[in-house]
Formats: sequence, structure tokens, C-alpha cells
Amino acid sequence: MGGGEKAMEMQAKMGKLTARERIIALLDKNSFHEYDLFAEHSAKDFGMESKVLHGDGVIIGTGTIKSKPICIFAQDFTVAGGSLGLMHARKITKIMDHALKMRVPLIGINDSGGARIQEGVNSLAGYGEIFFRNTLASGVIPQISVILGPCAGGAVYSPALTDFVFVVENISKMFITGPSVIKSVLGEEISMEELGGARVHAEITGNAHFFAKTELECFEQIKTLISYIPRSNAKKALAYPPKPPLKGKKIEDIVPLDARIPYDMRDIIKTITDGSEFLEVMELFAPNIIIGFGRMDGETIGFVANQPMVLAGVLDCDSSDKAARFIRYCDAFNIPIVTLEDMPGYLPGADQEHAGVIRHGAKILYAYSEATVPKVTIILRKAYGGGYIAMNSRHLRADFVFAWPTAEIAVMGPEGAANIVFRKEIAEAENPEEMRRQKIQEYKDKFANPYVAAAQGYIDEVIEPKDTRSRILHALQVSENKSVFLPNKKHGIPPF
Amino acid sequence: MSEEKEWKDLIIQGTVYKTTYTRKFEQRVNWEAPNDNMLYSFIPGTIIDIFVKPKQKLKEGETILLLEAMKMQNQVRMPFDGEIVKINVKKDEVIPNRYLMVEIKPKK
Repeated sequence: MGGGEKAMEMQAKMGKLTARERIIALLDKNSFHEYDLFAEHSAKDFGMESKVLHGDGVIIGTGTIKSKPICIFAQDFTVAGGSLGLMHARKITKIMDHALKMRVPLIGINDSGGARIQEGVNSLAGYGEIFFRNTLASGVIPQISVILGPCAGGAVYSPALTDFVFVVENISKMFITGPSVIKSVLGEEISMEELGGARVHAEITGNAHFFAKTELECFEQIKTLISYIPRSNAKKALAYPPKPPLKGKKIEDIVPLDARIPYDMRDIIKTITDGSEFLEVMELFAPNIIIGFGRMDGETIGFVANQPMVLAGVLDCDSSDKAARFIRYCDAFNIPIVTLEDMPGYLPGADQEHAGVIRHGAKILYAYSEATVPKVTIILRKAYGGGYIAMNSRHLRADFVFAWPTAEIAVMGPEGAANIVFRKEIAEAENPEEMRRQKIQEYKDKFANPYVAAAQGYIDEVIEPKDTRSRILHALQVSENKSVFLPNKKHGIPPF
Repeated sequence: MSEEKEWKDLIIQGTVYKTTYTRKFEQRVNWEAPNDNMLYSFIPGTIIDIFVKPKQKLKEGETILLLEAMKMQNQVRMPFDGEIVKINVKKDEVIPNRYLMVEIKPKK
């Protein structure tokens, strides 16, 4: 089995399970069926002709997770470092084709030193065939990548093309060029962990969606995710028995009246979801926006919510990327989207402008506008400027927009607006500071409420905070057979 | 994320919000207008040859030095007619990215 005792000992020394142990830990008991166990490579160069590589360094098969069928492959680092040759790639593409044909989720466990150099361009061809299938399957079946070892060079593009990437501290390593190449070519010294470790991808690059401390914790995260998502884009996620939220904090006590004071938006989500359960996606990356799955009356819901506790909940390049991709995921897989809004606008700064906040910010607008799943928005407090439009406003075809009495829908906050609208009065006043205060109050009284927007029909109803869950549930019930027609096209050209 | 009780200020359009910062936000760098008289390395690499001396007058397009990186010998050329003011690198020196290699000034 695997690459022999010695290689398996090495794997254990690195704190890693073997490919087979991983599959057994992840799948339902006795559910795994392996295919192509006896596959052999046919390479003839550089001494390969005399080498026997068991299963050619990858295990493929089918099984179930929480009784849901899945296809899986797991690269076996104990066999030639999990290197990818032609037969190795053929096994992976075989199970990918199978997953796409049968419309079941695909899980790939990556633990590989990279291309099998001895097989030359054939290994590159293998990667290309995998990437192509990742792309075809995108939006049809859920694709999950689990990085449990090195995943370097061209190989990292497969996870990048999939829906969710799982990483584990001190085990996952993802990069295009490794530390040794960087040192020899560029003279920069950096460790593998600093360059492309789990935390880097979970917090800085946004390449990873779930971060765990151990492989077993990672497998639990995958099982939970699988419970929330449908098996293909032709299905809805399986419903669970409905249950009420836990009796914890009261929703009406969480949000401070003063729009400048923060709170934890996750507390709000937990007052809404069944059993107060919430699976947060990309928790460490751009935490000024929260995305994730919960259930309401047993049905899976995708949540997109501003987080006032981090950067005041602003939209910026990273949070826009994060939210937009999640919205598209939910739309592709028939998951209704609930948006919880409390944000002061876009993050100002030359660094943001130069990083392309225009095209990044546009992604949210594009994703919401295009999404045809039921879309419900709750405005808790601030909804200012371009951010108000972006956060699933009526104008982008939200199906229902509810506002709390504390909502402020305006072009900007009262301070900024008063300074512009009443510039002259403030400058010419005997006591400019007093005048400024007065004018800010005047603006607040007039615009810092939900009724101006409600008068235009941009908001459907002003609701009491305690009614939030029941209103969302009703809105989703009404939206169940929602049908929308978009103009025919091959595909749009979204901002990238 | 750990529970941080110490809030920081973030000003957006005149309003001061209490919140926390992300590591990325704290590490953002301020933008500086480029100075045409400072020639910085655009990639980390090795100076494999220097063809000029301080006070030497050069025409636009003349090669100042060779910076080898990624197996390429990059010619760093004079961007305009002018003079070499100061050379901050030596032959065979390995330099990081954005390193001030040469200071120049335009012809009067």
C-alpha cells in the first residue's frame, strides 16, 4: 500500500495522514470504493521503466459524506512525492468526468511535489486536462479542493478554479514559485510558511476559504459544508428539519443606536438562523464583510453581511471580491441570498483607488444584478452612497428590501453631507462649529431615516428588529417559484 | 478573530467610526509621486556591469548598467538626456526590488 513503510513513516513525521487515511476519515464509514488501483505509468526515460509506482501516486473513487454521494481523488505523497504524470492525471480526469456526468460533488485532496519531471510535457498535458475540466464543471457540480501538503507551480491553478479551498496550518503550502527558486533567481529569502502557508492564503491572498488547525478539523469543516450545498446546479440543497434559533442575545439589543458604534454582525446572523448555526466562509480574509451559510426553516441560505466591527464594515477591493464570488456561487447553486446591510460606503485611500477598487467594487453590482435566486435585503443602520446601491438594493432587483427604524439611507453620512450642502452657511456663521452641529442635526432629522427611501418604494417595509426572521421567512416562502428572464447571451463580461 | 475591546477610529466622509483594523489595512503604504531622477530596481537581481561614472553626460537611451534577474540581462537606460549624479550600486552586487540604483539629473 502507498509508497512503502519508510515513506509512510516520513508522512507521519510531517504530521500528515496518508492519502488512504484521509479518505477514510472524511467519508462515511465503509462507503469508499476505489477505482484504477492497478493503474501503471508507461514512462520509459530516466530509469522510470524499472520503477513501480503504486496506483501512480493517486487514489480515486466514489463514496458518501453524510449519506450524500461524492467523487474524490487524493494524491499520495508517499508514492514518488505524489508527482503528477500522465497516468496520475488520467485517473484524476477520469473521476472528474465521472463527477460531472453523474452530477455529484468532486473533492480533490492535493498533496504533491508537482509535475513528474521524468514524464516531461505529458505531465503538463495532464495538468491542462484537469484545469479544463475544472472550468467545465464550474457552476455545474460543487468542486472542493483540500490542500494537505505542497501544491506548487502550475498545480495550484486547479484549486484556484474550484469553488472552495480548504487549508490546514503548517501542512498546506501553495505557491507558483517556491522559496528556493525565489532565492536563487531573485535573492529574496522567505520560508514556505510565510510565502504560501495556510494562514497566508486564508488571511492575505484570499485563495483559501476554510482554515483549520488539524486535518481532522478540516474534514469536519468539509462535512459541514457538504451538508449545506446541493449536489449539482439542477438541485436545491437538501432541507433539514426546521428548528428555531437558540435563545441567546435578543436581536433588538445587539445594534447600538449610534451608527458610529460597532457590534458583531455575526450575533445578528445567529438570531436569525435555525439553531443559531452559521458556517462562515473566508472568515479571516476581508473580515469587514461576512459571507457564509445558515438555514432558515431547514433551507440553506447564503448570507452576505457588512461587519461594523472591522473597518466600520466598509466595502473595499478584497471585501468586494469576497462577496461577489459568494453571490455567484449561491446563484449558480440555487441558494437564496439574504443581505444584512450596515456600512458607511467605500474605504477611502490612494492604496484602494490604485488597487482598482472601481473594477473590484463593480463585481458586487454585477453579481447581485445577475443573480436570479431569491434576494432579500435588511438595512439595519447605515446604507450610504454607492455602497447602498451595491448591497443588493431594489435597483439591482432585490425581491424584498426591509429596513429597521434605525436605517439611514442617504448619499452619505450626516457629517459629510452637512459640510457640503451647508458649506456657505457654516463658513459665514459667527460660530461655525455651532452652525455645523445645527446643520448636521438638520440633515439627520431629514435624511437619516428609512422613510425618505420608503416614500419612493425603494424600501418595501420598515420592520421591527424582532420581526426580522419572520419577515425573511415569509419573503423566501413567497419567492419559492421566482422566475426571472434575462436577455440571451453566451456569457457576460464581468469585471475581473 | 479575537474579541478586541480597544476600538480604533476610521474616518469616512467626516464621520468617525469606532472599529478595528485589519493587518492589511495597517500595512498599506502611502502613495508617492515618482521622481524621474531616481532610478530604482524594478526586480530583485544582480548588477553584472556598470558602464558609467558620476558626472558623466549621457544621451537618452544610452545604457547605464546591466541588472540580471530571471535569467535576463536587463539594460537600465538613460530615460532622457542628462548627467549621472550618483551610483549607489557596485558590480556583482545583489540588490532587492525597488532599490535606488542610480541618481541622475536632466540636461539643463
